[in-house]
Amino acid sequence: MSLEEIAKGVLTGDKRCIARAITIAENSPEEAQKLLSIIFLHTGRAHIVGVTGAAGSGKSTLISKMAREYRQRGRTVGIVAVDPSSPFTGGAFLGDRIRMQELATDEGVFIRSMATRNNPGGIAKATRDAVKILDASGKDVIIVETVGAGQSEVEIAKVAYTVVLVLAPGLGDEIQAIKAGITEIADIFVVNKADRGDADRVVMDIRSVLLLEDEMLALQGEKKEERAWRPPIIKTIALTGEGVPQLIEKIEEHRQYLQKGLITKKSLESAEAELIEAIRDKITRSIIKRLKQEKRFEEVLMRIVKRELDPASAADELLSQILR
Amino acid sequence: MSGERKIRVLIAKPGLNSHDRGAKVVARALRDAGMEVIYTGLRQTPEQIVETAIQEDVDVIGISLLSGAHMAHIPRIMQLLKEKGLTDVLVIAGGTIPEEDIPKLKEIGVKEVFPPGTPLEKIVKFVLENAPKRGK
Repeated sequence: MSLEEIAKGVLTGDKRCIARAITIAENSPEEAQKLLSIIFLHTGRAHIVGVTGAAGSGKSTLISKMAREYRQRGRTVGIVAVDPSSPFTGGAFLGDRIRMQELATDEGVFIRSMATRNNPGGIAKATRDAVKILDASGKDVIIVETVGAGQSEVEIAKVAYTVVLVLAPGLGDEIQAIKAGITEIADIFVVNKADRGDADRVVMDIRSVLLLEDEMLALQGEKKEERAWRPPIIKTIALTGEGVPQLIEKIEEHRQYLQKGLITKKSLESAEAELIEAIRDKITRSIIKRLKQEKRFEEVLMRIVKRELDPASAADELLSQILR
Repeated sequence: MSGERKIRVLIAKPGLNSHDRGAKVVARALRDAGMEVIYTGLRQTPEQIVETAIQEDVDVIGISLLSGAHMAHIPRIMQLLKEKGLTDVLVIAGGTIPEEDIPKLKEIGVKEVFPPGTPLEKIVKFVLENAPKRGK
């Protein structure tokens, strides 16, 4: 299949084409660029929800119930489930689908498992491209599930319009997560496994951190409109689906709240970040390629090894002609 | 920024059997060999398995069966794969499959069958050598 045929297939929602397109995005940068240049023009319709949280918080089960709820409301859903690659072997065990078995044959749901590969931050360009592909294929909602390992929470905020942070009692580190400032990124808090006795303590902990943040913002003289969205805390039992309809309602409310102008601000920020990354990537690759071909590259390397020149000054020397 | 293609493998467990230690052991071995392994859990229908293979664009499907129901499930899976146009996927099977059934399975497109006790390196090597080489 040609790239044009794959792109056309994506736009009509053909699953094989969607799957192929995502594979291309993961493996072939040049083909991916051509493909995305067609597909990108058809994105912007879907609501992108990021779901993050520690391992064991029940994210996958929750997402499965969220998708079911969306389907009951007549919406189509794309799910991108990200799991970590082994830094030693490069392989990955992608097991999020275990919790989503019932959705496998639902025509209105497309699930793709992706490994982080060499992007420990969790949201690789390939993942962002997969989201765009699913968006262009006509999915109403796209849920991105991430590893929840610190850095990735920040990353997911750049991709998603609504960020859902899932916590569960008894994991121990959820208090740390709250204190680390991750609450600034979450638009909605979910306390899963709410049938456990210590669930209410987690809710209280989140509330007290949010109050503390409010006080600090007030001290800094932050404008009231910036904090007009008060992140709700939803209790869920993902295994039974309890609390999920309320969660979907809150996501919908957040979507409407964003549409009052904030979505443009977020879109501009994300567009700028992507553009700068694309520029940086192209500059880096082409310049390094050129420099490596020059003889003085090797000479400079030897001088660094012999401690005659430090790397930063070496870079200045090599770039002096290009960056005049 | 990587262009390094990973072999994507679906480990599927059709049918009612609820014992999956073997499948998970193979999954881990393949992962340790640098592959991306999608494991969907127990009690999968052939329809679910093929749908997953399509969406995940896998290179290899490893069917794991301990219940003796291989002649019930595997032909159905192979038929669905053909109907959906997934003809370039490497299909292998493992589990308690009697020797006399192995030729029948190979006839319908299963490339190799690995009985219990097969050394993991043998399975890994087979996949590395026989997975379709797509793209660059």
